[in-house]
This record gives sequence, C-alpha cells and structure tokens, in this order.
Amino acid sequence: MSEKFDVIVVGAGPSGNAAALRLAEAGLSVLQIERGESPGSKNVQGAILYSDALEKLIPDFRDDAPLERHVIEQRMWVLDDNSFVGSHYRSDSFNKEPYNRYTMIRAQFDKWFSERVQKAGALLICETTVSHLLLDGQRVIGVMTDRQGGEIYADAVILADGVNSLLAKKAGFHPELKPKNVALAVKEIHFMPQEMIEQRFGVKGDEGVVIEMVGKITKGMMGTGFLYTNRESIAIGVGCMLSDFKNQKITPYELLEQMKAHPSIQPMLEGGEMKEYTAHLIPEGGFNAIPNLYGDGWMIVGDAGMFVNAVHREGSNLAMTTGMHAADTLIELRSEGKEFTSANLKRYKARLDESFVMKDMKKYKNMPDVFHTNPQFFNDYPDLISQAARTMLTVDGVDKKTKEKEIRKSFRQRRSLFGLMGDAFKLWRAFE
Amino acid sequence: MHIVVCIKQVPDSAQIRVHPVTNTIMRQGVPAIVNPYDLFALEEALKLKDKYGGRVTVLTMGPPMAEAALRKAISYGADDAVLVTDRAFAGSDTLATSCALASAITQIHKDMPVDLVFTGKQTIDGDTAQVGPGIAKRLNMQLLTYVSKVRSVDLENHEITVERRSEGGVQLLKTSTPSLITVLEGTNEMRFATMTNMFRASRYQIKVWNREQAGIEDVTSVGLKGSPTVVSKVFAPTPRAVKAEIIQCVGDDPKELSVTLLAKVFAKYPKLEKEIAKRAV
Repeated sequence: MSEKFDVIVVGAGPSGNAAALRLAEAGLSVLQIERGESPGSKNVQGAILYSDALEKLIPDFRDDAPLERHVIEQRMWVLDDNSFVGSHYRSDSFNKEPYNRYTMIRAQFDKWFSERVQKAGALLICETTVSHLLLDGQRVIGVMTDRQGGEIYADAVILADGVNSLLAKKAGFHPELKPKNVALAVKEIHFMPQEMIEQRFGVKGDEGVVIEMVGKITKGMMGTGFLYTNRESIAIGVGCMLSDFKNQKITPYELLEQMKAHPSIQPMLEGGEMKEYTAHLIPEGGFNAIPNLYGDGWMIVGDAGMFVNAVHREGSNLAMTTGMHAADTLIELRSEGKEFTSANLKRYKARLDESFVMKDMKKYKNMPDVFHTNPQFFNDYPDLISQAARTMLTVDGVDKKTKEKEIRKSFRQRRSLFGLMGDAFKLWRAFE
Repeated sequence: MHIVVCIKQVPDSAQIRVHPVTNTIMRQGVPAIVNPYDLFALEEALKLKDKYGGRVTVLTMGPPMAEAALRKAISYGADDAVLVTDRAFAGSDTLATSCALASAITQIHKDMPVDLVFTGKQTIDGDTAQVGPGIAKRLNMQLLTYVSKVRSVDLENHEITVERRSEGGVQLLKTSTPSLITVLEGTNEMRFATMTNMFRASRYQIKVWNREQAGIEDVTSVGLKGSPTVVSKVFAPTPRAVKAEIIQCVGDDPKELSVTLLAKVFAKYPKLEKEIAKRAV
C-alpha cells in the first residue's frame, strides 16, 4: 500500500524546512524527503543568517539554534592585485539583543531546523532521492523515489530541491539552467583558535566580522569573495558566474587559491588549518530567470525558484520566506475547503509579489545583465580606485591638485569619458 | 530464530578533527554514523532472517542521540530496537560496556529467547574488539570471532556452522547456539532500504531503557566505577622532521640515477663510503 499525505516537501534546506514547519504546525500531514544523509549534509552556504525570516517562523530560535557569531562589523573591500580599498562599518548597536545577523555553519543549523520541523509533526525521510513527479495529466499527484515501493501520493508537492531543480526540469516546468544564470561558489573552512580570531579581528565573545570582497580576485569575472568569522573557524570563499568560469578557463579552486594568496587576505588566514572544502551552485539569474512557480498540485520555493538576491548576498532568508508563503497558501486553501489547483495556487505568486521577495528581485532585475556585459566593474575600477588611493596617500612632494588631475586622467584613459558616464548610468539604472 | 545485533554509533573517523592544542577529538560538527563493521553484522543477521525467518533486534548503549543509529538499522529491516541509555553509563570502558549489554540482552531474552548475538569485528573509534567477546563471556555463550560467512544454522539441533578467517586460511567451525558472532568486514553488502522500511524507521518508537530497565542492579559494575581502564595520557605522534626528497632524473639512464643516489647517501653518511671502498678492495 502506498502512503498518502496532504503535502510532500522535496528537500530539507531552508525553504523546504520553512514550508514543512508551517504546514505541520497547521495540522496538515507532511512528508519531507531529503536526498542527503541528514538535513544540511548536502547544503553549502557562506553562511550568514538574517534573523528576520527565521524569526517569523520560529520566534524563539535564538534559544537553541546553533549560531556562531553575531555580526558587529561589515567590511566591503575592493581589491586590485596587491591592495584593497575598503569601508568598514562597525557599530555597538549591533551588540544590542536581539541580534540581526549571525554567522552559522549550515550542516549544524539545518539539522537543528529540521529537528524543529519534525517536532512540529512532519515526517522526514533522508537518503532518499525523488526521481520524478507522479502526474495525472497535468496535475502532480505525488512523487516516485529511488527506493523499492517508491510511489508516495499527496495533494500537493512543494519543490524545495535546490538550485539545480531536476524535478521541475524533468516535469517540464522550466527549462535547463543556463550557465549565465548560475554562479559557482567554492568555500573553505579554516580552523582557528577562538583567541586568535578575537585578536585578529578585534572582537570578543560572540562578536563577529564579515568581509565582502569584489575586484580583481575574480579575474574580471562577475562575482564576489567573502570571509566570515565563525566561533572557531574562518569561512573564506569566492563565487563567479558559471559562464564566466567557462570562458576564462580558470578552475574555481585555482581562483580561491589565488585569492587566499592575496597580500591583504593571506595574513588573516595565517595559523589556521584548512578543514573543509565545498562547492555549490548559486542561482543568480535574478528576477528575469524566475521560472513558473506553481501549477496543478505543485509549487516551487527557494533556490529552485531562483530566489537569490546576489547584490545583497541574500538567499536563505528568501528561501525561508518563499517556503513560508507556499505553506500559508496551502493552509489557507485547505481551511477554505479549496483544491490545490493552478488557479487557486496563484495566490502563492500574489503573496510573493506583495512581499519583499519579489520587490527586491524586481529592483535588481537588470543587475546580472549589466555586470555580465561590463567586466570593467570587476577589472578596471578596482585598479583605478586603488591607484587613486595610493596616489593620494603617497607623500612625494607632488601637490594634491596635480595628483587629483592625474587620477582623473587615469580614469579617462582607462574608460574614456563616455565610458565612465555610461558605466555610471548603467549602475544607476540597475540599482534604481 | 531471534537474533540480537549490537551496534554502536561512532563519529565518522574520516571526518574527525583533533584539537590542535589539547589533542582531544572535536566531536562538534562531526557526523555520527553506525560503526561500519556493525553493518556487516546487521546484514548477516538480516540474511539469516530472510532465510530462516524470525526476528532481528538491534541493541545499542550510548547517549540519546544514538537513537539515530538504531533507526537506521530499522530502515534496513531490523524488527525492534533497544537503546540503553543512562548517565550512570558515562565513562564506561569495554568491560563495563560488555556487562551492560550482556544485562540488556538478558532482558531482551526474557521477552523472546535469543539464539544468536551478532556484533561487528570491532569499532572504528575504540578499535579494541573486546566488547563482543566480553558479552559472550558474561552470557556464557559460544564465541565465534572474525567470522567471514555464516554457512548454515540448524535450528532443531541448535547448531551453527561458520567460516572464520584466520592467519593462513579459513577455518570451518561448528558450534552450538546460543552463540555470539563477531563479523568481519567485507562479509556482505548492506541492502538498500525499501520505502516501506524507511517509513517504518521514521515512525518506529524505539525502546529506551535506563540502568534499572536494562537489569543492571550494581551501579559499580558500569560507568567510570565499573571501568578499570585508565587513559593516562593522550598525545599526537610527533611529525617526522626528515622530509623525503625527489631526485630529478634526466633521461632514462639508470647508471646516472644510481650515481646521483649514491652521492647523496655518501654525503650524508661519509663513513659508509670508506667502509664500502675498503670492502671493495
């Protein structure tokens, strides 16, 4: 006898967990299927947790969630080959509880999140891959897993199966991912004694520092680097668009090795011991790459739906929020006695449109294209900015006015006046 | 036939980290797995169940989180699972552990007579291979270690025939049941759990026993008090200062290579050169 549930959630990452938690709390029967050995075992993220989205789901999450450090200082660095120009923002107001941002380790966090979901009453099955969706005409009626006796039925299936959503692709809900719509990120965790981290980054207790980096570390490819402080480790990584990797013929680990050797970065890692190397795809196609999000008996949430704000480095919060809205849509329909048809599930999209999720995605919808077609933002400008800083800071008997002139000249030479105006316009349009 | 399989949840030694200062194992973030040797024991028991019928009960002693190991065993097809957990067990060495498990098996036996007990050859965290034999001793069972294959079980005559790997060959052994068998790695390949058993594992209510429920009356027989083993010192082997050197070889001339090699050796041990020169004369 095959089992039947109200809802099957495929995937136990942030979006799947958010959806399953909500549904289980509302009393629906929920089965969650996870491919990994345990929730989080397949997941990779920097990782920063933004409190807001999780707070809506689990208000008391701070009591027992495995969090690393709360972020009190954010650094933004623009790097050229041997220097960086940066801004640091540190505020003691970030030390006031409740904290707003934390560093975390996803393997631990996801496990904790999933325990909460199971406590709420959802049934979790791990190490099981959903091979395809069971269809009755156009309508999704369940899933087929890779195990003997693998058919399981449900009134609705939520696809929270991550960036490379094979299920949706197989069912023809969206086309194959395009290399220009995904970033490939690599990350290392370096173990470092707590005292060393505290001294090196000027923090104490649970305080943490985040460094976001752009510039020549990505060799002109569209991407960013980061360094996050955990309790007893440093996470360092870099991600660029898959299409750029392909064109540049550089491997991700080479890129990370070169970044780690940068004279501004290398000293921060000294004395650490590399413990973990991971790689993952990040859906960064933005608003224009968002697939169809619902249909008869199915919905897409999280990375599978391209919900990543690449500009603000947000992803897991969007995942949780989309998961929550998908669940709330089903709960609402169930309470009204309505079917989970495409026409009714339209409410999910409407909810997203109303929320910050779609508003933010829309705001930056041209960003991917702008950066794609304009490598100067990752190559020329870091050089120029750094050169400018160096010129102004070098005391060599040249008067400041002449120096300013030199700087302006260097910008014009590299990008031409027309190019500079154009770049400014493109950025303004993209961020508008 | 009723088979009890003793399993242990261990940190995945492939992913273990040692604290650089204290040399202790850092368990945080290291995934816990079922001791790989125990899975061979479990699969061997499940195969016997397939062949002769009966029940398989998995048993473990450990912290509450060890429940995950039992659930996994259920997903493979075990019928029942017992977790023996109590603060009193903290710090148990192999002697105290075998006492506790033997006592728990006696309790299980009261519900349904136990014909066979399976364990892995050893655990990957302790590497002692003592608990299995310790249980057999305390239960007065026949002991068969390093078993590579169970040939047959004769339920009527209470006999079991196994192959045991020993130095220089394989022994074919027959003994009477009840007996305890420690299973060698590579004996079999663990089956892929069916969807039905995955559901069963997720829903199964594991039997959790504390010290009294496991039938252990004497507190001093378990935990630190019941453990004569003392860890006097933990240290990491000092890394060897001597580094290997790769000699670049130009062309395929073996003579040239050997001359380079000898020159290097003699440079390091000048006496050796004189010695050899003397003998050559």
